[in-house]
Amino acid sequence: MVEPTTVKVLPMANDDAPFCPPVAADAFAIKDCALLTIATGKKATTLKELQNHLSTIDPDSIYLHVWGSQLESQFEVREYNNHFASWARRGLHDDTLAERLAMVAPNEYADLEELRQEFLEVIAERLEEKEYLHWVLATEPFEFIRSTIVVFDTAKRVEQPEELIDLIPHLSTSSIFYHFIDARRRLPINQDDFRYWLTCWGDRYAELNHHLAAIDPYFNGLTTIRQQLANAFERYCPRKSP
Amino acid sequence: MSILEQYAQIVGDDVIDQLQQLAKPLRGKSVVHVNSTKLGGGVAEILTKLVPLMQELELNTDWQVITGDEPFFHCTKGMHNALQGNQVPLSQGLLEHYEEVNRQNAERLRSHLVDADFVFIHDPQPAPQLSLCPDRQGHWIWRCHIDASHPYRPVWKFLRPFIEPYEASIFSLPAFAQALPHPEYIISPSIDPLSDKNIDLPQEEIREVLGQFQIDPDRPLVVQVSRFDRFKDPVGVIRAYKMATKFHPDLQLVLAGGSADDDPEGALVLQEVKAEANHDPDIHILLLPPDANRTINALQRAADIVMQKSTREGFGLTVTEAMWKGKPVIGGDTGGIRLQVVNYHTGFLVNTPEGAALRIRYLLNQPDKMAEFGHKAQEFVRENFLLTRHLREYMTLMVLLLHGGGDRLELT
Repeated sequence: MVEPTTVKVLPMANDDAPFCPPVAADAFAIKDCALLTIATGKKATTLKELQNHLSTIDPDSIYLHVWGSQLESQFEVREYNNHFASWARRGLHDDTLAERLAMVAPNEYADLEELRQEFLEVIAERLEEKEYLHWVLATEPFEFIRSTIVVFDTAKRVEQPEELIDLIPHLSTSSIFYHFIDARRRLPINQDDFRYWLTCWGDRYAELNHHLAAIDPYFNGLTTIRQQLANAFERYCPRKSP
Repeated sequence: MSILEQYAQIVGDDVIDQLQQLAKPLRGKSVVHVNSTKLGGGVAEILTKLVPLMQELELNTDWQVITGDEPFFHCTKGMHNALQGNQVPLSQGLLEHYEEVNRQNAERLRSHLVDADFVFIHDPQPAPQLSLCPDRQGHWIWRCHIDASHPYRPVWKFLRPFIEPYEASIFSLPAFAQALPHPEYIISPSIDPLSDKNIDLPQEEIREVLGQFQIDPDRPLVVQVSRFDRFKDPVGVIRAYKMATKFHPDLQLVLAGGSADDDPEGALVLQEVKAEANHDPDIHILLLPPDANRTINALQRAADIVMQKSTREGFGLTVTEAMWKGKPVIGGDTGGIRLQVVNYHTGFLVNTPEGAALRIRYLLNQPDKMAEFGHKAQEFVRENFLLTRHLREYMTLMVLLLHGGGDRLELT
């Protein structure tokens, strides 16, 4: 028997959706997530092809290629933070392009369309600099993929910000992804779930909010982000006296 | 102890809780998996544990196997090789026989399939079943376990009309996906850590297996476990072994395989392998029955290095198995092996027998590295390639199909 209330299948965040401030009484629901990858059928074997596909590809695909590597197992510090830069290095063997693509910080752009334009700009500039890149074949193709996110409810609820001090160090990295990175697609003005929730308390946690905002969601791996979040809560969200 | 409780001990309660959340909207739904063999090969291995796990999550799950004669499996083996890129022309007569055998199977299977809520058809052998069930009610998914990145076009052209009407297909890697008019999901296969092939074994049992095959437990051992199939390059493995023995004369090699029910080519390749081995007493060519899972487990655990020097590979579950046992892997730079073997972290990717020999030398000279690679390999598998992750992705896909797709699936 299907229990429809347990499942919500949604489109991605709607930019026209009205801003709904959180209600103070709401507990913070700890969620977790996983991505299910979907092929788009589009692949590039030259930089020109990458440019062509990138100009029309679904924004979800750009999102996955920029943020998705955060959820991949890492054995070492990532050399480049997005799949486009990695491919420029490993597939095209063009370090100049790889460095430029890697420096595009997605959180600095209002939406994925702006981000798309920035990547296209960097690629166009490089194609103008080196004409041979129009036709040089990559040693491995770039496969455009996209994903569906599945969100799980851990059933953990937090009533007060102070409770997060002990909880954050034990959250899974995929939970950190959901609350700190995926939130930026769901919430207005590049917010994460923690800061969004803290606004319930007005200015009471302003300093904590300020330090959370300073954590870079892109250049560090999720384990480091978790540590930085834990440090910020420990330092700027003092435990209540017993 | 239930299967779910046993898995919880390995992957943690949170992972099991996620499965239960996904199972809720699917509870009571009927699911049928269809493939072409109960024994032998990665697909059968996955289904052997996936089906009871789905049943324990209260999905009404069934597993059906199509049957066929020798010409049918000759044809489907040819299709398999053709999808992997070999130019294998299949005669019109053979293709007609393939369709006829599928028609015969449909007569037997139709009652199981038409009313099922979800039907997973695995690989090309039973692909025509969808077109033979015009009154089907549920969601039909084609699961391709093969590296179909560069298929032999005439064979793909023949198969494509059977596959296009499916509601979705699943490939193991993005590169394997073909242009099809429905969503193509990317789901890696997995291993079952609780199966006889992967559970921990007592040291005495491992030594007993080595004794059974006259393998010296005190000398270094390289093992490749796979069918005797040209794409697995067993001859290349022997060449690599011969080069490495110049520097490590005490080295031993085990090539352990067996023919799956649907693989008539194995005997021919086995002859080539024996010729290359040329009666070297330290090369052990073992033809094992399909249920020799504990023996394979023991051989992998006894190995210092595990090889999977394939030239084409769908995914390479033997790589995953070896990594789960904490072994460094030297693998062919192809297909799903690339997803698992990370140079200088879990093993090495190689392209030639020379490359494989070089990496055998490197690892045998650095036991600390072997241990380090092995530890990383095991954790990598725990995070990415166990059955629970595989099932989570299947059930996510099923819930999405049930609710008409979408970019975000929220379970509350």
